[in-house]
Amino acid sequence: MRESPKFEKSFDVEGGSFQNAGNVSGQIKNILKDLGVSTDIVRRVAIICYESEINIVSYAKKGTITLAVTDNAVKIETKDEGPGIPDIDLAMKEGYSTATAAVREMGFGAGMGLANMKKYSDHLIITSEVGVGTCVKMMVMNFPKLLHPDLPVVTL
Amino acid sequence: MQLETLVRELKLKVSCAEGSIKRDVKGGYVGDLLSDVMANSKEGDIWITRQVHQNIVAVASLKDLAGIVLIQGSEPAHDTAAKADAEGIPILVTDLPAFEIVGQIYKLIKP
Ligand SMILES: Nc1ncnc2c1ncn2[C@@H]1O[C@H](COP(=O)(O)OP(=O)(O)OP(=O)(O)O)[C@@H](O)[C@H]1O
Ligand SMILES: [Mg+2]
Repeated sequence: MRESPKFEKSFDVEGGSFQNAGNVSGQIKNILKDLGVSTDIVRRVAIICYESEINIVSYAKKGTITLAVTDNAVKIETKDEGPGIPDIDLAMKEGYSTATAAVREMGFGAGMGLANMKKYSDHLIITSEVGVGTCVKMMVMNFPKLLHPDLPVVTL
Repeated sequence: MQLETLVRELKLKVSCAEGSIKRDVKGGYVGDLLSDVMANSKEGDIWITRQVHQNIVAVASLKDLAGIVLIQGSEPAHDTAAKADAEGIPILVTDLPAFEIVGQIYKLIKP
């Protein structure tokens, strides 16, 4: 069953624009705080959102980040136009990075972003087509499902 | 401990957001890799780094860090300073290398 979100908004992210990098994540964090989402969830979403945003800025031409909030989950979905990821399993490995020297100079390129996105979300699905772009769907559960067995199941 | 006290005791130069130094420092984190700091720093930490690029302000703001200490006399880049002032993220500068300033901060906040 797919729940209809009580809040949904998309943000544009421009590739290469390091001077604005993090702005979308900041806006999303503020929206979640205003919606009364718990601090722990807001922190986790801030991490996965920032890593997603930086990857679009670092590797893609442009992209969008969509935030959807339901009663029991926060979803972040990114879509970009860019080079795509040829080997997703390899890209997920901590330490693997193709970041340029200029990007590393700013403190990125540790190869930790995707690993962090997996660690701090409850679900993560990446699809990518080389030469076209990448799509990442992540979900952070709003509270432990086990404690609320009667809640509807959320699907990505 | 108050950030203001750290500034005074360790003679840190307040480079940005001077109006925001009356806040609590709960701990600290050291790192130059932003993904590492993003994942592992905690709310209220003072962050010691050599990075001066403006992305440090976004990281400190998203993670609710208490402030940023730049080492070895590194000044924040121009855009970094403007952003830190706008977002109220204190940036402090020390002439000491990381090992020494971290040792001193540790002694003060984890006695
Ligand atoms: N949106 C994307 N488009 C194309 N390639 C990507 C994208 N996101 C990640 N990658 C590829 O996957 C690699 C690993 O990404 P990851 O975010 O884990 O680390 P990183 O960006 O290299 O470094 P860090 O995130 O630690 O600063 C990247 O170096 C890049 O090759
Ligand atoms: Mg990354």
